[in-house]
Amino acid sequence: MIDVLYFAWVRERIGLPRERIATSAVTVADLVAELSAQEDRYAAAFADLAALRVALDQELSDFSAPLAGVREVAFFPPMTGG
Amino acid sequence: MRVAVQSAPFDIGHETAAFAQAAAGAGAVVTFTGIVRDLAGGLTAMEIEHYPGMTERAIRDITLQAVSRWDLIDALVIHRHGTLRAGEPIMMVATAAAHRAGAFAAADFLMDYLKSRAPFWKKEITASGAAWVAATDQDEAALSRW
Repeated sequence: MIDVLYFAWVRERIGLPRERIATSAVTVADLVAELSAQEDRYAAAFADLAALRVALDQELSDFSAPLAGVREVAFFPPMTGG
Repeated sequence: MRVAVQSAPFDIGHETAAFAQAAAGAGAVVTFTGIVRDLAGGLTAMEIEHYPGMTERAIRDITLQAVSRWDLIDALVIHRHGTLRAGEPIMMVATAAAHRAGAFAAADFLMDYLKSRAPFWKKEITASGAAWVAATDQDEAALSRW
């Protein structure tokens, strides 16, 4: 099981802030493909990966990264702090 | 070094005075304060979302880098989340160093990194609706200065 978190417009498009899912995805990109194939709201949120960032266990990462050992995946748009 | 991620307002004067007083041996203290702007006119509120846990960790990492690179005596970052109004302070950084060059450079570095590497997202609420603030290419390009 893996915790998947969504922030900002990704959260709004998917319609929930977090969920716990069972997945056999090897990489982040596999997980994105798996979710996108499930429902349109995921496909809409993940339509343009260049507009998204991903963090694995609260560290910025990338879509080719492996998920082995990861407990928490977060998807969000580029950050706008400051 | 102190990192505070909070919804509560903060007092710039009080924070600056306390920081400067505690920074023993500092010859220079630089502060920067970010304020909510009403760019389009008619801003009802700005909502700031963040990623609890990662936010504190990311800011701490960035601040530690600044402390080590410019040999800072102390550093402070306060960043708010939640609902803010135009004119309210969103965040502040303070840096203390032996000389001004290091304090200025470290504060500038902290601001560039907080802008695009600390997990906050701003949403502007106006009478005509709500819109997420988009990150700009300049924000990302600013990081290459360092």
